Amino acid sequence: MVTETAPPAKAHRPARHSPPAFNLRRLAIHCGLAIVALGFVTPLIIVLSASFSSESAITDNGYSPLPQRFSATAYRYVLGDPGKIVQAYGVSILVTVTGTIVSLTIMSMLAYTLSRNDYRLRRPLSFYVLFTMIFNGGLVPTYILITQYLHLQNTLLVLVLPYVVTPWYLLLLRTYFSQLPKDIMDAARIDGAGEWRVFTGIVLPLSKPALATVGLFVMLLYWNDWWLGLLYITDDRLAPLQLYLYRILTNIDYAASNSQLAGTTIAIPIQTVRMAVAVLAIGPIVAAFFFIQRFLIRGIALGGLKD
Amino acid sequence: MGAPALVALLVFNYLPMAGIILAFKSYDTYDGVLHSPWVGLQNFHFLFSSGDALRVTRNTVVMNTLFIAANLVISIGLALLLNEVRDRAPWLSKLYQSAMFLPFVLSYVVITNFALTFLNADTGIVNHLLHNFGSSGVDWYNAPNWWPLILTVVEVWKGVGFWVIVYLAGIISISPEYYEAAAIDGASRWQQIRQITLPLLVPLIVINVLLSLSHIFNADFGLFFQVTQNSTTLYPTTDVIDTYVYRSLTSIGDVGMAAAAGLYQSFVGFVLVVTANWLVRRRGTDALF
Repeated sequence: MVTETAPPAKAHRPARHSPPAFNLRRLAIHCGLAIVALGFVTPLIIVLSASFSSESAITDNGYSPLPQRFSATAYRYVLGDPGKIVQAYGVSILVTVTGTIVSLTIMSMLAYTLSRNDYRLRRPLSFYVLFTMIFNGGLVPTYILITQYLHLQNTLLVLVLPYVVTPWYLLLLRTYFSQLPKDIMDAARIDGAGEWRVFTGIVLPLSKPALATVGLFVMLLYWNDWWLGLLYITDDRLAPLQLYLYRILTNIDYAASNSQLAGTTIAIPIQTVRMAVAVLAIGPIVAAFFFIQRFLIRGIALGGLKD
Repeated sequence: MGAPALVALLVFNYLPMAGIILAFKSYDTYDGVLHSPWVGLQNFHFLFSSGDALRVTRNTVVMNTLFIAANLVISIGLALLLNEVRDRAPWLSKLYQSAMFLPFVLSYVVITNFALTFLNADTGIVNHLLHNFGSSGVDWYNAPNWWPLILTVVEVWKGVGFWVIVYLAGIISISPEYYEAAAIDGASRWQQIRQITLPLLVPLIVINVLLSLSHIFNADFGLFFQVTQNSTTLYPTTDVIDTYVYRSLTSIGDVGMAAAAGLYQSFVGFVLVVTANWLVRRRGTDALF
């Protein structure tokens, strides 16, 4: 180890064009940015407050950023009905957890082989992965394959398998793995470690930042997905949360018809129930957002990650 | 070790590629993909003679162009503003950035709920505001002319945070020495932005725009299908290739024509990506492949 050197002279940067501690220009920029930032979160606030308002207040006065005639009726209705929503939550959690683990595992396994310079098939197999990013068969052949040949419709597998490999994330992992120091791996091999040992004992632990970033993107992909459900799930018991919300939005009676209260005379607070379901669907993501965003931001800034 | 991922790609990416032969067949469930009769280019003939192809292609390209332009201008503007306050108020600047990025992690179903909250003809916020000004309001889900604007707003709201991060990272990576030299020469902040920041961002902008243009034939299905509530009256401006293929397959059941439209999209998309990549590479920067 070298001894500590003096901090570089650049560390204290000469002031730019004479900025005083407080100036009007900077204040104006802060005001502008604050308004924009508020604009970005306003819809969330309105939905949250509407979900805690009473149905009649919404009907009378419309939506507002603060709850009107505070009421948790919508939540009591949604959660007290031990039917669809709990089931949908269960499906979403199961699919997200399984999907993320399986996807991350098999993507890193292939990424590791492709990161090895001494692997003979490295180039053709990299192209095999890459080509799926520039050409695809389209919706129709995929749909027919899954429904007519694989018969995966109305199974939980159909919500997991089609997203299990995202070529872009796989190539990102490959790049990260290939930049790891080779010496450690070689040393381990000399000590008699097999490929599996090197992969699980060295490559994966050293790649935690990359795995966390890709893992979070994959998690978002599964949690937010309604597309696979829309195409392949007609059985209500297998509908994930997003699909459940979609059905409520497109068919206002859906919540009612699926409720155990169906047929009773209790009026269903449609507006606020819609909001409560939306809050329950975004809740986990927004709660996690503040912990995960630095990973996502780093991933985007470094890799230009695109979805 | 790589076998599971290779198999997954084979099944869900390569097998469907073989299925593009459906575009040249009259598909019959009982005959299956292989034994359905060939019909040559008949599916394509129907697709292009109906005028549908022209309409959905125009909508796809026009809307994507609007999105690319709006995202570019707004994200660079916001990144420049964030950069101005980043040094002295890092905490606030991070907070602004987080707020702009938040919608990026939401699904289009959730965003559809937001859109409904604003645009519902009876209870929506926008019409409530219009009523306050004495206007009778607009029946948004039956007013196709408004939707290019509405969808651009939604797309920017959801996606611009992503681009702000990209461009802010680009701005931060510019060496401070340029600014120091300019400050010594007495350049104002605005001159510094125009003469240093923007010119140095150009390579990044060119690459991003080229890559975005290469996907100009692919519409965001969630945006066009969910946020519009798949409202039939909005089709003149919001029906894009992706929604058209979906509808042809699921509600109209015209497998052959849906496959033809899908292949048309995949093929043009392929040509665009390869061209964009070639252009990026010619500039001497890292290309996709």
